[in-house]
Amino acid sequence: MKTGLFRKPLFLAATLLTVGFSLAPFLWFVSSAFKTQTQLTAIPPQWWPAFSMEFFRSAVLHYGIFHYLINSVIVAGSTTLVTIFLATLAGYALAQLPRRVSQIILMGILTCAMFPQIAIVGPIWKFLQIMGWLNTYQGLVLPYVALTLPLAVWILTLFFQQMPKELEAAALVDGCTRLMALVRVILPLSAPGLFTAAILCFIYAWNEFFLGLLIMTDPLKQTMPVGIALFQGEHVVPWGEIAAASFITTAPLVIMVLIFQRRIVTGLSAGAVKG
Amino acid sequence: MTPGDKKLYLFLLVPAILVLLLFVGAPICQSIFLSFHRDIIALPQLKTPFVGLDNFGELLRDPVARHSFLITVIFVATTTSFELLIGLLIALLINHRFPGRGALRACVLIPWAIPTVVSAQMWRFLFNDAYGMINYVIFGVESARYIPWLAMPGTALSALIIADIWKTSSFAALLILAGLQVIPDELYRAARVDGAGSWRRFWHITWPLIRPALLVALLFRTIDAFRVFDLAFVMTPGGPADATNVLQLYGYKKMFVEGWMGYGSAISVSVFLIVLVLAIIYLRTIGRHLMEARA
Repeated sequence: MKTGLFRKPLFLAATLLTVGFSLAPFLWFVSSAFKTQTQLTAIPPQWWPAFSMEFFRSAVLHYGIFHYLINSVIVAGSTTLVTIFLATLAGYALAQLPRRVSQIILMGILTCAMFPQIAIVGPIWKFLQIMGWLNTYQGLVLPYVALTLPLAVWILTLFFQQMPKELEAAALVDGCTRLMALVRVILPLSAPGLFTAAILCFIYAWNEFFLGLLIMTDPLKQTMPVGIALFQGEHVVPWGEIAAASFITTAPLVIMVLIFQRRIVTGLSAGAVKG
Repeated sequence: MTPGDKKLYLFLLVPAILVLLLFVGAPICQSIFLSFHRDIIALPQLKTPFVGLDNFGELLRDPVARHSFLITVIFVATTTSFELLIGLLIALLINHRFPGRGALRACVLIPWAIPTVVSAQMWRFLFNDAYGMINYVIFGVESARYIPWLAMPGTALSALIIADIWKTSSFAALLILAGLQVIPDELYRAARVDGAGSWRRFWHITWPLIRPALLVALLFRTIDAFRVFDLAFVMTPGGPADATNVLQLYGYKKMFVEGWMGYGSAISVSVFLIVLVLAIIYLRTIGRHLMEARA
């Protein structure tokens, strides 16, 4: 116990309250995906789902959510790859440059992450329209790369800065060029940092909605969040199908969080506090 | 570092900076440019004549914009204060070493990790006026008394605020936790030896030492809350009667639904200026901490 603020029963109650606050609404919502239509709207609520797969079937057959899923995988996957590639180059350079120079460049890059999207979407939309890139994967991936780069560069620069300089020096003495040293010595040792940055970029691109909504107007090109937001039934809101699509969208994220929670926490706090 | 190395480093920086300039820097400049022009998407033959500060003048007179600004400020103020408070409590809890701490941390992260769109649909479902869980918890089976929370101006904004607090308190908790973890254990041990109780240890050690982390969390959350869009778009589409028409949603409607690029840009530039001021305060604070840490 660090602060001694909590006595034991109080501590237990606080833990349960926190778990309930975080999980209960979400579990209730995704459990509706496994219910039947009558169960879904029943009053009093039916706590235990019938584990019917009807809503999943309907979401796949009538709403074609596989399209959305594939688009999400392509967009989030390529965003992550491109961002990590560019951020590795930039982060490596920033870690080598004198601190004063790198600090100024980093501040500039980080400022980019703070702008409200509304201030950039109009011109981005016009630019993509001129290029004929609306409703294309590159039209969405490039802005996503721009929006995920700041955090990735930040995390990787901090990571590369902590790496002992002797390693690279030894590689150079052995006849490597700077770039060979980066690829053969630095990168293999940076796997944890790269991985952290990649997880955060992936989550961002997977979840992003605003730009996706504007750039992908063709349902065949839309990502999962756009699909979930625009889900329309003929007469009533198709809650079961929405819950099923939500379940499919969040399942990979929940698994990632359960496995990599420590990494995610370090990555996020590196971006905010270490400066 | 040889001159050749320096060239290589600058060369490595070029692609990242190019992407940022093309998709963040240039668009912001163009938004500022457009905000001084009339630009209507549906009427390209009108070109984009310079209209000076007309758009901003209109913005000041626009009652919807004023209302939108007001509710955005209410949203930002309430969500950030509750998120910091709940975030602090969660952070104090996770900071304890106990078995299952990793599992607790993972649970807390889940609201943060899921897409805002999913959490918005989730809250829309929970606030449903015919079979929503929130109505059931309050009124039981008496469905005649159920309240259409999202269809009433007074409660719709509160519903949005609750949804946002649920979604992002955990992020605030993480930022505060990072501040808690750098406090050395010796301080607490020394205070305990001196006979300080838990409240005094909190007020005299924890509180002063996490204030910087709280400030960071505050500014991060404020900047982010000003950008609220997804929640309002899914839960209420701005309604009822503009009660949840937050600034970013209003700007989006003006630009992309009604096609007023110039006027919409004036809205977005205003949001940008507000956020810029906050960002400068934020970066200066962080900068000062850096200086102190190095001194």
